[in-house]
Amino acid sequence: MSNPNLILSISNITKKFPPSVVALSDVSLDIYRGEVHAIVGENGAGKSTLMKVIAGVHKPTSGTINYEGNDVVLSNPIIAKKMGILLIHQELSLVEEMTVAENIFIGEYPTKMHGLVDYKLLYKKADEIIKKLKCNFSSKDKVSYLSIAQKQMVEISRALVMKPKVIIFDEPTASLTDTEKFVLMDLINTLKTEGVAIVYISHRMDEIFTLSDRISVLRDGEHRKTVNTQDTDIDEVIQLMIGRELNLDHIERNNKYDKTVIELKNLTQKNVFKDISFSVKQGEILGMYGLIGAGRTEVAEAIFGIRKIDSGEIYINDQLADINSSEKAVKNGIALVPEDRKEQGLVLEMSCKENLTLSILQTIGNFGFLNHDLEKTLMLEYKDLLSIKMADINDKISTLSGGNQQKIIIGKWLVTNPKLLILDEPTRGIDIGSKAEIHNLIRKLANEGYAILVISSEMPEVISLSDRVLVLRDGRISGEFSGRDITEEDLALTI
Amino acid sequence: MRWNNFNKLKIQPIWFFVLILIVFFSSTSEYFFEFSNFKNIFIQTSTIGLIALGLTFVMINGNIDLSVGSMVALSASITIGLQGYGLGFSIFAALLAGVLFGALNGIIVWKTGVDSFIVTLGAMIGIRGVVFIYTEEQSFYALDFAFSDFGSSSLLGIPSLVLIFLFFSWLMHFILSRTIHGRNMLAIGGSRTASLNAGMKIGRHLMINFMICGFLAALAGITLSSQMGASTPNLGRDFELWAITAVVLGGTHLKGGSGSIIGTLGGVIAIGVLRNGMNLLHIPSFYVLVILGVILISVIYFDSLMKNKMELSQ
Repeated sequence: MSNPNLILSISNITKKFPPSVVALSDVSLDIYRGEVHAIVGENGAGKSTLMKVIAGVHKPTSGTINYEGNDVVLSNPIIAKKMGILLIHQELSLVEEMTVAENIFIGEYPTKMHGLVDYKLLYKKADEIIKKLKCNFSSKDKVSYLSIAQKQMVEISRALVMKPKVIIFDEPTASLTDTEKFVLMDLINTLKTEGVAIVYISHRMDEIFTLSDRISVLRDGEHRKTVNTQDTDIDEVIQLMIGRELNLDHIERNNKYDKTVIELKNLTQKNVFKDISFSVKQGEILGMYGLIGAGRTEVAEAIFGIRKIDSGEIYINDQLADINSSEKAVKNGIALVPEDRKEQGLVLEMSCKENLTLSILQTIGNFGFLNHDLEKTLMLEYKDLLSIKMADINDKISTLSGGNQQKIIIGKWLVTNPKLLILDEPTRGIDIGSKAEIHNLIRKLANEGYAILVISSEMPEVISLSDRVLVLRDGRISGEFSGRDITEEDLALTI
Repeated sequence: MRWNNFNKLKIQPIWFFVLILIVFFSSTSEYFFEFSNFKNIFIQTSTIGLIALGLTFVMINGNIDLSVGSMVALSASITIGLQGYGLGFSIFAALLAGVLFGALNGIIVWKTGVDSFIVTLGAMIGIRGVVFIYTEEQSFYALDFAFSDFGSSSLLGIPSLVLIFLFFSWLMHFILSRTIHGRNMLAIGGSRTASLNAGMKIGRHLMINFMICGFLAALAGITLSSQMGASTPNLGRDFELWAITAVVLGGTHLKGGSGSIIGTLGGVIAIGVLRNGMNLLHIPSFYVLVILGVILISVIYFDSLMKNKMELSQ
């Protein structure tokens, strides 16, 4: 232990899940005080497993963990926490019905005599923390009223209370918009100067390169390499991750369709969005960009009939359409690939095939009976068409990777032969290799004549994918850009 | 790995438990492994069995129906109470009552969004009240011997009541595995939001299942009253608990999304075999309750243990 700044050193960690999965194989890493150490790798590379080993959630099959100079056994998360190692989960774990302050100090409320909770002190202490994080909500707000991004800030506040020495962030910005991201990055830099070791897992290269001091790449459970961020570039890191070059360039529109498929006129829902008017043509990809809470998802839900509007009209093929349920939306040729794949798009208990045919059963059935043969044929056809990787079409969809799950959701809509395909955050939580594949697929669908509306909070995605970009701010359209010269600055200035 | 294979064959673990029970009781009681005894087991379980079939559908949707026990009493009372108008009419009226109360449960759950546990708890209390009002706290006796004869009749050596139960088991299995309604109920239980996003008519499916459940509970009331040749206003007390136990033993998840009729059948038979076998061993029936409670919890614990293991290995 030569370097006094070395806080955590793991050596030769192997983690097997019986019977045959080797999630980590002989991984060794050193983490120093005051560094931001990024861990990158494709989905399934073992990042999350490694973090769970460090945070005491998983026990390694073999290998040692040395913390502050001593070999330690982290048999559960509580022990790890007490030592100062904290994992901030990708999934939020807040009590929705309690206030922000109650959540931040959960389990260790300040008490008065006789064990009563000292609420005055509780809110005072909580206010100090959320002020430090520049949060735009009050410590007395109920968590269920907060947006996902705000909830994440609560989660981070909670971690700070414990004065940790090592903080592991698992995809912290997955649901944050760019401004919120900056706040988080500021915070991470502050923590770093205070000497906290930060382990940072992310799919987003731009963040990793602005934030991190060192980058460790995992591939297939093995530690490929650790590099100094200064001495490397995105291409090298991606190459280490996937072992091949990657193309995230703008793919040109290659079709001459001109028919307007859908037109929105002054769509309004009070306090959510106002006077939203735009149209999407056949063969066109319209991007919709904006902060979380700007009303992007809400507009999509309104088009899909699952959110009531107060005024405004929707025209489908120049005909006024009355869409007040998802069922009617489907009949009108509208398809929605929702934001939260697992919660809103998939039935995880069901097989790949059953998920694919979810919205078309009525059409392909005979008098209320299932048509197993046609279902099978459709699944095999779309498996090839969308190059979905699966062992067996009857496997549970939960066994597929995120990218392949997303392809099945897209396939689920393609079988209904829609005119307008709305994709809300189509590549969230999907690894970078599959991301490009999904992007290519979306462009291919546009060229086949679908009208496509893509909602995304990732600037590079919106820019590389769209023919036209709408920017939403506070429920209103604040800018529209078209052509291939849209820049990040354009978008950043209008949100 | 072996567990995966079981799942592919869709054999619910409860059937292995049934097998163990049969082997155990066959070796400890000389009267157990006989055709006539198995006939007994089936007759005894057919009432709870019919209820459990309907409940399986409701529970696959992620709902529950606690009113089935009261429904048994209402249906039995109507069947015998209205026998003066002819048995055909009174049976029809009883089944209709089952379907209508099921529809009422369903429509309240659908339109108000109140949890089905609360809605059907209310129905359970309310329908029991209706039974007492209608019967004026009296028991009714069947005057037509054909009705009580039917309860003990057989066809080709198999009791009619058992045939009815097996027929509806087959029919329900068919609906679940072969119809769009069956697939959709699994989807709705699995993820309501995803089903809504797929353009499904969720409320309609929920309601149909409550109606099916009401129908089968009413049918159970009719078969039970024909077995007894009578009805009492207290009939069917605790039946909802037995039926839920059977369905859960059969692998249907309380939150919905998975479940099968074959599993429920296994759950029903497991309870039947256990009660019968312990009876033959002269174990007092109160002990049977204790043992059943323990078994229910351990089977579910075992099941979740295996599921966790499987998920980790993926």
